[in-house]
Amino acid sequence: MRRLVLIAVPYLWLLTLFLIPFLIVLKISLSDTALSIPPYTPTLDLGAGWTGVKEFFAGLDFENFWFLTTDELYWKAYLSSLQIAFLSTIMTLIVGYPIAYGMAQAPDEWRPTLMLLVILPFWTSFLIRVYAWMGILSREGLLNQFLLWTGVIDAPVKILNTDTAVYIGIVYTYLPFMVLPIYATLEKLDESLLEAAEDLGCSRASAFWLVTVPLSKSGIIAGCFLVFIPALGEFVIPSLLGGSQTLMIGKVLWEEFFNNRDWPIASAVAVVLLLILIVPIILFQRNEQKQREAEG
Amino acid sequence: MRRLTWFNATSLTLGFAFLYIPMLILIIFSFNASKLVMVWAGFSTRWYGELLQNEAFLSAAWTTLKVAVASSTIATVLGTMAAYVLIRGGRFWGRTLFSGMIYAPLVMPEVITGLSLLLLFIGIGLDRGVLTIVLAHTTFSMCFVSVVVSSRLVSFDRSLEEAALDLGSTPFEAFRLVTLPIIAPAVISGWLLAFTLSLDDLVIASFTSGPSATTLPIKIFSSIRLGVSPEINALSTILILIVTIGVLTASLVSKRSSLKMQADERAAVRN
Repeated sequence: MRRLVLIAVPYLWLLTLFLIPFLIVLKISLSDTALSIPPYTPTLDLGAGWTGVKEFFAGLDFENFWFLTTDELYWKAYLSSLQIAFLSTIMTLIVGYPIAYGMAQAPDEWRPTLMLLVILPFWTSFLIRVYAWMGILSREGLLNQFLLWTGVIDAPVKILNTDTAVYIGIVYTYLPFMVLPIYATLEKLDESLLEAAEDLGCSRASAFWLVTVPLSKSGIIAGCFLVFIPALGEFVIPSLLGGSQTLMIGKVLWEEFFNNRDWPIASAVAVVLLLILIVPIILFQRNEQKQREAEG
Repeated sequence: MRRLTWFNATSLTLGFAFLYIPMLILIIFSFNASKLVMVWAGFSTRWYGELLQNEAFLSAAWTTLKVAVASSTIATVLGTMAAYVLIRGGRFWGRTLFSGMIYAPLVMPEVITGLSLLLLFIGIGLDRGVLTIVLAHTTFSMCFVSVVVSSRLVSFDRSLEEAALDLGSTPFEAFRLVTLPIIAPAVISGWLLAFTLSLDDLVIASFTSGPSATTLPIKIFSSIRLGVSPEINALSTILILIVTIGVLTASLVSKRSSLKMQADERAAVRN
């Protein structure tokens, strides 16, 4: 009896507040936009009995999905989100790997402090960390002041409200997600393998590429997915740092819902975004599984 | 032998400079006397004074705190239950669905979680306000709690629970007297994680809040959309300070308790 309660409470909670809401999104994505409250049709009329149910299902179609393929705004937004998420993941890896490597090589007594320094930004508000860059990147901002002072440029350049600012924002805010898993694999790396490689005539650089990098592969994969997956649906960064021409699907969904009040299209956008995410999510899960098996 | 080469020292210095300089600039400019945020005009605490006079921010902060305490507490209870069920519950009908529902919210884009919850609340006619934000935050943060707690449950020695059961305690007593004290650090860090996630959340709160309830991130977002403002710098500085103190305290406490545990173990070996 107690066991039943223990299972049922979290189970029912997630069914009601996670699964059912998602089914509602799915259903509304198959409905038509209407000028009514709620702004879509059909609505399920249980009072009409079986005919009501039948009419309800007859009213559903894939029209919204068809619309997404015909209007170029949407597929451009999906492609540009994929591109921004992919490129910023690579950049985060390039910035993050040396940090993780340096941490793993640092003297033992430094490591807890270094770890703390990586975790601290992670606990600090995401919004504030994005906001911090707004002042730096603006036309009168410190970056422009600095560049003018060094003489690299002679007139302020526009950085805020461009795609460049979005890349900087993603790399900055997601950096801890890249550093931590890579550090975790590098920290466990057996130093004697590197010594063996060097004894066998490997240079330090090739030992790094042939031993260290392959052995930290699972950390690299985990870090990349931890950046790529949330970056793809990102809303805050493109809307604060990006410009009007920055197309990201999270922003499109938000605007479709709040500004255009088009619920069926917003829902269809959400369903397609989720379909795109399934592949990276499965690959990520598989990597985690492999890592657990390797450890256990 | 680990040694710090110049390459590693440089990459660490540059890396941490990149992570911390933007926040330092934010803090420095919160003490700027000028209203033009990026032009230094002398030291002043004027913006902190104005912030404390700003009713809208204070009431949003109060709402945020209420939501965070309520949602993280419920999420900790539900998340711990879910972790216990997943790790110790054995087989039951729909277990795969259950574990899927625990992991899916972790990777679900916030815009989708927010949209779907809003459509549910409208569908059942629940007025949007503090209650709906608490429900929404509880749902996604309970999954984070459950992941943190289940990693602790997996690693601990199950025979301790079995011993308690053999010695005649009920399963509930065994949980309260044996399991809970052992997983307590994970439960506490789960609560802290849920609390921070709730304090931080903009997207899901924007979807699920109504005109009657505005949280601090919603308020911050709507005012920084118009540009940088010195009051927000002051507010950010206060928030950064609170987080820093919290993280440092937590790490000192856990360091002390692990030192104490080592000392106890050594003493036990000696005896």
